Amino acid sequence: MSSASLDRGFRRSRSRPPAAKPAATGPRRNPLRYWPQYVAVSPFFLLFAVFGLFPLGFSAWLAFHRWDGISPVTFAGFDQFRFLAADATFRKAVVNTVIIWVMATVPMLVMSLGIASMLNAVRRFKTFYQVVLFLPSVTSVVAIAIFFKAIFNNQVGIVNQVLTGLGLPAVEWLSGYWTIKIVLAVLMTWQWVGYNAILYYAGLQAISSEVYEAAKLDGAGALRTFVSITVPLLRPVILFTVVISTIGGLQTFAEPQVLFGSNASINPNSGGPGQAGLTMVLYFYQQAFNNNNFGYGAAIAYAVFAVVAVFALINWRLTARSER
Amino acid sequence: MAAQKTIETPRAQTSGAPVTRSKGVRNAARWAHLPLVLTSLLLLFPFYWTVVMATNTNADFYLTPPKVVPGTHLLENISSVLTSINFFGSMANTFIVAASVTALVLFLDSMAAFAFAKYDFPAKNLLFGLMLAFFMVPAQLSTVPQFITMIQIGWVGTLQALIVPAAANAFGIFWMRQYISTAVPDEILDAAVVDGCGFFRQYVLVVLPVIRPGLAFLGIYTFVAAWNDYVWPLIVLINPDMLTLQVALSQLNATRTTDYAVVMAGALLAIVPLVVVFLVFSKQFVSDSVKGAVR
Repeated sequence: MSSASLDRGFRRSRSRPPAAKPAATGPRRNPLRYWPQYVAVSPFFLLFAVFGLFPLGFSAWLAFHRWDGISPVTFAGFDQFRFLAADATFRKAVVNTVIIWVMATVPMLVMSLGIASMLNAVRRFKTFYQVVLFLPSVTSVVAIAIFFKAIFNNQVGIVNQVLTGLGLPAVEWLSGYWTIKIVLAVLMTWQWVGYNAILYYAGLQAISSEVYEAAKLDGAGALRTFVSITVPLLRPVILFTVVISTIGGLQTFAEPQVLFGSNASINPNSGGPGQAGLTMVLYFYQQAFNNNNFGYGAAIAYAVFAVVAVFALINWRLTARSER
Repeated sequence: MAAQKTIETPRAQTSGAPVTRSKGVRNAARWAHLPLVLTSLLLLFPFYWTVVMATNTNADFYLTPPKVVPGTHLLENISSVLTSINFFGSMANTFIVAASVTALVLFLDSMAAFAFAKYDFPAKNLLFGLMLAFFMVPAQLSTVPQFITMIQIGWVGTLQALIVPAAANAFGIFWMRQYISTAVPDEILDAAVVDGCGFFRQYVLVVLPVIRPGLAFLGIYTFVAAWNDYVWPLIVLINPDMLTLQVALSQLNATRTTDYAVVMAGALLAIVPLVVVFLVFSKQFVSDSVKGAVR
């Protein structure tokens, strides 16, 4: 087979107008001629079929069964979902996750936008700032959780030592309903605020300076320029960060898991005292892998998927609509 | 740079509104360093504090006022880490996994991306659309069945359970496709076809050399993600002698709960290799990320 025939499909997608395409529907469209392209894209699809698509169906099947991985599988019908609907712990996990996500995401994205504007304004040390802003996002979340566990430690944490040093009362950060959520939100903000600022900064760089000059000529002040020009022009980037933060934030797992340990069967305070840091995915992990409750785990996974999808959609609509 | 000039130019003038405004802009630019420096300090503080805690003894943290500068006990803390967990074994495992995943992802993703970017073949759009749809599916949905699959094929507790499922991914193919369609000129591919190069020879001889900067970015990104991966290794590595660094670190944290100095020394050891890699490549990585974000 000559190489010319191998490359029959080459460039057809790019430079030719669509009108030229029908010519390719005849015998020349024999899919076998394109075997190198299929070979090139096949590894992803093979891997995904085995480790993505098949598990997806298997999960759906599991959610209607009871199985601990050892004893025989029994059919459960809708029992897992019925139990889930009445499960107070799962409801607690959903509420915790949403609260922590709001507490982390909203202030973080506002701060990121502010940092990006500052970064856009300065001329010196830009690279230094960018490297520092990036650093937490490439640091392992396990190590970060350990840092924050030490910094907010009830007895020896530096935060409490500073508070008492200033004559203020120490706070039991890792024990209270709200303080646990604050620590988790601060941790997540610390890790991702710089990353989002870099994304916003990239978006700011793409805005032409002529737009700002025109606004200046029209007598627009700094605030007015920011609200009427910067934010609308950044909307695609803002949309991206909001959706990414929603998907990531609602699937928080490692932070509370490392801070508080996870073994549900021996620890009634999984997710921290009062389960204040128990998130949806942490609960999923406990049910599926600490308790070997595969069927219930699969049902929780689908519920988590539904919650994330609903919030991602709501956010998308809200952000997209504020365009005007 | 152009913006810089328009700001600088009026400085030469002596009076009038433009001067006051440009002075305002210049001052604003200078004042903008204040929040940036503050942010940088807040972002760097936990790293500094890790060094402080990892180099002092546990007793030092109960002092009033506490020690706020690095001490001299790093080596004994590290030796406690080494007796508690198989640190170097875990690090070797992590390196094997991250390096294998990165090599496979770079090869498989860029080859698939080349086909998607420069060729038209039947069902191409359908396949690409399917890939993007898969991208949206959250990981937990497949976690339990993946674990069961790994038990069935006997891969539980092995490193290939971490490497093989991660060998190609939708994000990398999508990103690389964007990169190749702009970075690889059609003309040199045409020339290669004329010279009798088939698909794979074009890929090796023409595409790979041209897309090296893109591969560097995707490579660092993939390596960092694989190095820091936690959930799946935690689930699938059931043998305590065969862990990755993150799982071993988490185990250290769970077993020596009040040994702050030792746990912090472990955390420090675990992040140092990656932070060094990041700092070495940071300039390239940061500028590529800024460019990539608006692509």
